[in-house]
Amino acid sequence: MATTDTDHPVLKEIEFEDKPEGPVSAAILAAGIGVLALGIFTTLAEASTTLKEDVFQWSTRVGPLAGKTGIAVAVWLVSWVILFFVLRNKPFETRRALTISLVLIGLGLIGTFPTFFQAFISE
Amino acid sequence: MHFTTREWWTLIHGMVFGAAFLLAFAGGLAGLYSLRPGLITAEGVAERLRRLKIGVTAMAVAAWGTVITGTWIVYPWYRAEDARPPSAKAQLLANANTADWHEFGMEWKEHIAWIAPILATAAAFIVLYYGTNLIRHDRVRKTAMILFVLAFATAVVAGGFGAFITKVAPVK
Repeated sequence: MATTDTDHPVLKEIEFEDKPEGPVSAAILAAGIGVLALGIFTTLAEASTTLKEDVFQWSTRVGPLAGKTGIAVAVWLVSWVILFFVLRNKPFETRRALTISLVLIGLGLIGTFPTFFQAFISE
Repeated sequence: MHFTTREWWTLIHGMVFGAAFLLAFAGGLAGLYSLRPGLITAEGVAERLRRLKIGVTAMAVAAWGTVITGTWIVYPWYRAEDARPPSAKAQLLANANTADWHEFGMEWKEHIAWIAPILATAAAFIVLYYGTNLIRHDRVRKTAMILFVLAFATAVVAGGFGAFITKVAPVK
């Protein structure tokens, strides 16, 4: 459970609704998964012409960016819903969720960095 | 003074949503930072929290507005292949001195921008869901602040490149 500073006098005057930390952790983890998915799809689109043109190109005007971002958002939302129901009544610590999520966000950022994903351009 | 439809949309994408995002970030960060037992009163907490909820929600909405208008309205004009006069992308790539603005700047901007609304939404959810509990659970409050700042940092990269690229080759 989260640490609680119950000593401060002002806290005794405020009404708190007890809520589990699980849903907060679910949101944090899902954000990390969404960012990682964006990084993976960005790199995959460079590595595979088939994926770029047949899977990610939802719109000829927007190009593959439409599919890469659209599918990443879908992955984020689906993972959030699943994690929410799995963790909704659990005291899953946000510190652990944040650590995992920061790693995922870091990997996702690498995947969206041009110098990295352009190294995978398919001939 | 006259703006074309494309210039209006560029303004809405970069300046209307962008300015709203900046304002909401500044207010939201200040609100989150000061949501501590030593800095609040029992009487003021309800008003403070309502303002914070509006701020973080506005930031998430502005972030979504920015990436959706950017990707689906402005970006197709930027990258159009058969445009006359040539599109901004074609102009940048036609000159070796400006090609990196597309190959690095725009390539990074168009992807990293989408991270901002995801992280801003997660931070907004934490504030909306956890409410007053953020006052006594310092770790959760700091976690929301980290996501909030990361959302802002990714938006700064995207917005910065957007401003520079528009300066070098505006969408017209």
